[in-house]
Amino acid sequence: MQQLTRFAADYVGYVLKGGTKFYAWMGVLGLFIVGMLYVFYLQNTDGLIVTGMTSQIHDGLYFANLVFLVGVAAGAVTIVFPAYAYHHEGMHKVAVLGEMLAITAVIMVMMFVFAHMGRPDRLWHMIPIIGIYNFPHSMLGWDVLVLNGYLVLNFICGFYYLWVKYTGGEINKKWFIPLVWVAIVWALSIHTVTAFLISTMPARPMWFHSMMPIRFITTAFAAGPALIILIFMIVRNNTKFWVDDSAIKLLTTIVTWCLGLAIFLTMSEIVVELYARTEHANGLYYLMFGLHGLTKLVPWFWSSVVLMIGAFILFLIPRFRNDFKLLPIPCVMAFAGIWIEKGMGLIVPGFIPTPIGEVAEYYPSFVEVMMTLGIWSFGFFILTILFKGAIGILQGEIKYGGPVAAAK
Amino acid sequence: MAINQPPCAGPAQDRPSDCSVQPASADPKANPLKTTRRDFLRSGGMLSLSSLMGTAALMTQSDNANAATEWAEHFQKNYRLMTPEEKNEARLRLERRYSDEYGKKVAVDTTDAQPGMLMGYALNIRKCIGCRRCVHACVAENNQSRGKRPGEKIEWIQVLRMERGKFEQEKMNHGYPEGLGIQVGGNAYTPAGQVLEGQYHYNPKAVPEQDATYMPIACMQCEKPPCVKVCPVRTTYREGDGPVVIDYNWCIGCRMCMGACPYWARRINVTTPVLPKEEMNPVTHYLGNRPRMRGVVEKCHWCLQRSRHNRYPACVEVCPVGARKFGNLLDPESEVSKILQRKNVFRLKAELNTFPKFFYFYD
Repeated sequence: MQQLTRFAADYVGYVLKGGTKFYAWMGVLGLFIVGMLYVFYLQNTDGLIVTGMTSQIHDGLYFANLVFLVGVAAGAVTIVFPAYAYHHEGMHKVAVLGEMLAITAVIMVMMFVFAHMGRPDRLWHMIPIIGIYNFPHSMLGWDVLVLNGYLVLNFICGFYYLWVKYTGGEINKKWFIPLVWVAIVWALSIHTVTAFLISTMPARPMWFHSMMPIRFITTAFAAGPALIILIFMIVRNNTKFWVDDSAIKLLTTIVTWCLGLAIFLTMSEIVVELYARTEHANGLYYLMFGLHGLTKLVPWFWSSVVLMIGAFILFLIPRFRNDFKLLPIPCVMAFAGIWIEKGMGLIVPGFIPTPIGEVAEYYPSFVEVMMTLGIWSFGFFILTILFKGAIGILQGEIKYGGPVAAAK
Repeated sequence: MAINQPPCAGPAQDRPSDCSVQPASADPKANPLKTTRRDFLRSGGMLSLSSLMGTAALMTQSDNANAATEWAEHFQKNYRLMTPEEKNEARLRLERRYSDEYGKKVAVDTTDAQPGMLMGYALNIRKCIGCRRCVHACVAENNQSRGKRPGEKIEWIQVLRMERGKFEQEKMNHGYPEGLGIQVGGNAYTPAGQVLEGQYHYNPKAVPEQDATYMPIACMQCEKPPCVKVCPVRTTYREGDGPVVIDYNWCIGCRMCMGACPYWARRINVTTPVLPKEEMNPVTHYLGNRPRMRGVVEKCHWCLQRSRHNRYPACVEVCPVGARKFGNLLDPESEVSKILQRKNVFRLKAELNTFPKFFYFYD
């Protein structure tokens, strides 16, 4: 118990100390977080009318980010899996960072859930016993279950590992390794269930196909590791912690081929839908070319196509994937491309036209943009804290018994 | 907490402090609510909220009846799980709050589904003239929001106006695809008979229009409603006598049901509904047309406040051409049953297996 309080105190003490750059970074994020709180207040006094959402298009930027971030959370498994299944040396060193990213992404997802709800004050209605949990019928119920499970699993795995490093003990492999395996399978489940959330609605033909889960997984395993590579680059350049080249190279390979698969799936969908060109293809047609003169999403779609295909080609060029100075370029392109494709490009056209044929348009309002920026800032805020603490422990700078023990 | 205190019996405008010892209900037969606090505490899970209830108790001291009532509403159970006493309390709370808010005596009916009754609806699309009186009658009856800003105006019925369309001699040579050498089809038509590609915002000088047909659409009250399946908190459900209803006080506003509905029958209150006092219909049902709040979903419920008392829904009553028929599907003598037996009927999007209890027919 005393060890635990020391751990908490040492962790917090270490995390709070930093240079000017650290405080400036956290300060800027803090500003956005304050902005987010303000728009959240607006949204819960005026109502969703301050957003661009309507009865026609009732899921927008929030839901899009929610779906995307579940993918990022699941994407962390691209570190954990090679680390434990293939005993990849470089990955094993950073596996705990993957778990920290997963924790952050799930927390962000939950914040987007809060932002999305019409009545966040009533979310307790979902808690079993005091509320009602429509299980197993409601896919959203499944989603809540797997997301919370994933959060708990990553919290236990991540912090147990750090705790052992901190106290200098041995990992109890009897339960730790099975738990890691559960977490790996669980990662797939969170994104599969999130795909089911939208693909189980025959009312929305654009989403109603069984390709959705695999498309979600491939895009997640492209966007997630792309973000992780970028973060690892920052970690390498700004901390004493060195992420091995081998880890980044393996992640690059994963991003490349998952991205390739994602592009392939998108093209398959386009061929299937536009060849027959039924009424059910109207959503995709709206996204690609516009419908009845309404074309707001068209530039989004084509920019996402350019970004994704461009990134794929760059990844295939050895100069780009081997030069760590150039590597961030295709990573940013892949990340942005998938963010558009899976967010605005998937969620919004699902509602256009509406089931009774009405073609309406959606564009995020200032409140939505501010809220989204704020939640992302909050994500980076906790990610910075979690990474800083984890790296401190991995480097042996936080150790039970203080600096004396650390020096030994 | 508001329920500790017998609600006001006097005229709606009375402040509750003036009448705290009077009978508990606008309905003199209702019991004074003396034991409610104990029941409330006993009711399981609420215990975990006891710290909040302390605050709630403090708020009871306040003069603001609405605040205390709303506070109590926050902690009430899902309507279906309430005991009859709890339903009564919830009803009284709402009657008091609404009466205060709208400056008239508002009744909140809680009549349950009657055995032997399964409501059904049939619409003669040959007769519909597109006058949209049903749309307006529905809004007047069901206390929908009627503001000016986008999203503030809610209508449950859409009358889709569809072009008749035609095939033309001049277009005979317009191949498909146009402008390309290879042609796999023709383009001699203008869209005709495309179900659900219509407009419901139209403004003709007179109806019916020569070049249009009309297709009214609203909630189909499906037997297998996809919206009910996806609701994470079971706030929307099929009532015993057929209609799919929503407990507005339990809805979390996640809008999954809106995504699942193939008929676009559900609306989200993006803001506090705009409902002028003088236009508010004071005859309400708990699961029906009582005023909604910000952030919850609403839909057609076949005017439960009327249909449960053997009256037609407002749209049926107002239809000038008698295109709309409503009745008991279990009674072979009812008008709807006879239509099902004798006419050609169809259901919208039947391939989705939602089994609507709303039928279209023509004669």
